[in-house]
Amino acid sequence: MANDAIYTAALMEHNAHPDYKYDMDDFTHEHEGVNPSCGDEMTLKLRLSDDGSTIEEAAFVGSGCAVSQASADIMAELITGETVEEAKRLSGLFVRMIQGDELSPDEVEDLDEAYQLQSISRMPARVKCAELAWRTLDNIL
Amino acid sequence: MANRTLHGEDMLTADGRAEWQSRDAKASALAASPYKKDFPLLATKPDLAFLDSAATAQRPAAVLDAQRSFYEEMNANALRGLYDLSVQATEAIDNARAHVARFIGLDGKKDACDIVFCRNTSEALNLLAYSYGSLVLKPGDEVCITIMEHHSNLIPWQQACRAAGAELVYMYPDDQGVISEDEMRAKIGPKTKIVSAAHVSNVLGVANDVKLMGKIAHEFGAAMIVDGAQSVPHFPVDVNDLGCDFFAFSGHKIFGPMGVGVLWGRHELLEAMPPFLTGGEMIDAVTEQTAVWAPVPEKFEAGTQDAAGIYGLDAALSYVESVGYPAMEAREKALVAQCMRRLAELDFVRIIGPADPAAHHGVISFNVCTVHPHDVASILDMDNVAIRAGHHCAQPLLDFLGIDSCCRASFAFYNDSADIDRLIDGLNHVWSMFHGQ
Repeated sequence: MANDAIYTAALMEHNAHPDYKYDMDDFTHEHEGVNPSCGDEMTLKLRLSDDGSTIEEAAFVGSGCAVSQASADIMAELITGETVEEAKRLSGLFVRMIQGDELSPDEVEDLDEAYQLQSISRMPARVKCAELAWRTLDNIL
Repeated sequence: MANRTLHGEDMLTADGRAEWQSRDAKASALAASPYKKDFPLLATKPDLAFLDSAATAQRPAAVLDAQRSFYEEMNANALRGLYDLSVQATEAIDNARAHVARFIGLDGKKDACDIVFCRNTSEALNLLAYSYGSLVLKPGDEVCITIMEHHSNLIPWQQACRAAGAELVYMYPDDQGVISEDEMRAKIGPKTKIVSAAHVSNVLGVANDVKLMGKIAHEFGAAMIVDGAQSVPHFPVDVNDLGCDFFAFSGHKIFGPMGVGVLWGRHELLEAMPPFLTGGEMIDAVTEQTAVWAPVPEKFEAGTQDAAGIYGLDAALSYVESVGYPAMEAREKALVAQCMRRLAELDFVRIIGPADPAAHHGVISFNVCTVHPHDVASILDMDNVAIRAGHHCAQPLLDFLGIDSCCRASFAFYNDSADIDRLIDGLNHVWSMFHGQ
C-alpha cells in the first residue's frame, strides 16, 4: 500500500535522530508554523549571513508526527549553506513535488533526500505534515 | 475544574481489570462475525479491520438496495406531484417518518409530524441554534453544554450566544468521564435557557445522564437538547423516557445513508419556532412580500429532500430491528471489553477515558507513547486496520484532557475478534517501527 513508501528508513532515521532539531541562540530570523488540524507546531530559526544572501545555519524545534519532523530535518540539512535564492527555489520544487507535479531528473537530483518524501503526494491527509517546514521557510524568506 | 486523570494509566485499576476478565468470558463467541456478510464493503474486504464506525458506519445491502429501488421504482418529487409515482415517493417519506417516530419511542401516527428530516446531526443542531436560539436567547442568558461536545454541538451555540449576547457555559466530567449532579446544578440555573449535551461522547464513549440533565434544565424552564449521533447506533432510545425536548441523530452512523439525519422536537416548540431554511415546499401561501409557513415538519424541510436517503434510513432502522439492540449491545460490549484488555497488555498504549469498558459504548480512544496519532493511523493502515486519529472534532475536550490528538478505535456489532487481533498486531508493528525490533 501507499503508506509503505512513506515510512522509509531515511524518514525514520531523521525522525529518531534529527540533527537540526535544536534551539538556536544566534538566529537572525524565526517563524512559527502550525497545522491546526494535527496540532503540529514548529518554530524554524535561520541565521543568515551579514549581507542577508546566504543561510549559514538552520534549525527547528517543535512537535508533530514523524513525517513533519523528518521533513523539517531533511529541509534544514538541504538549505544549510545555500543562498536564500536557492533555498526559495528548492522550497518551490518541494511544494510542487508534494502537490503531485512531475519533476525533471535534474530537479529530483537537486532535492536530494527530500525527494524520498515524494510518495506522500499520494496521501492527501499527510501532505500538510510534509509541507509544514517548507511553508514555514517560505514565510521567512 | 475537574481533574485530568481521564488521560493516563493510573485509571487502569485492579477493579477495572477484574471487570474486563469477567466480561471477556462473554467474548468467546466473537471469533467470526456472522453480520459482515450483510455489509457488501466488509464482505468484499475480508482482510480489513474497520474500526471507525463512530465516524461513519458501513451500510448493509438492504440499505443500498432500498436506495436503488427508490430511484428505479418510485422516483418522483414527493409532496407536490399529482400522479402515482409522486404519491409513492410521498408515501415512502411518510412511512419513514412514522418509522423514525416509533424507533425513538413515539407514536408512529400521532407523533410522525414532529420528525424533521435534515442532512445530519450537524444540520439539526444548527437548525436548533438558529431557530430555537433566536426564539429564546436574550442578552445575559446562558446556554449550557458539556466539554465533551462534538464541534457540531458546540460551534452552533458559540454562534447563537454571540448573536444574542448570551453566555456559553460548560459542564466538566470527573476522572471517569461522569458529569455529576453537583456539576450540573452548578452550571444549570435561572439564567439557563438551553441545555444541549452529547448522549454519548465520540471520544470518551461515556453516556451522559441526559435524563437528569433534562430534569434539572426543566426545573429552571430551560429546554433540553440531546445529540444522539453516537447513542442510537449502540442502544435503544425513548425520547419520552429521556424527558428531553429535542433529539437529533445522523443516518450514516446508524448504518443508513450519508446525507440524511433526523431532528425530533416537542410539537409545541417546533410550532413556535421560526423556519431555518426557507424556499420551496415549506410554505402554504406566498405573496410578493409575505409568506405563510407550512405546518411542521414541512416548515423545516425547505427544498427537495433526499427521498432515496430517507427511504434508505427507513431500511437501516428495519435492519437494526432485525438484528435487535440486545444482540448488538451484547456483541459490542464484549468486543470493547476484549479490546481494552488486549490494549492494557501493551505497556506502550495509554487508554483515554473511563476504566470500565461498559462505560465506553463502542469507542476506545488511546495513544501510543511517543508516537504521533497520525503516524499510528498511517502505519495501521499498512496492516489494513482503519482507525481515526486527530482531534475528533472535539478540540475543547482534548484541551481539557491535556492532549493535542489521539487515536480512536470504534466498534459496531459487525466487528469481531479478528479485527481486534489485527489492531493489536498493528500496534506492535507501530512500536517496533519506532522503537526497534
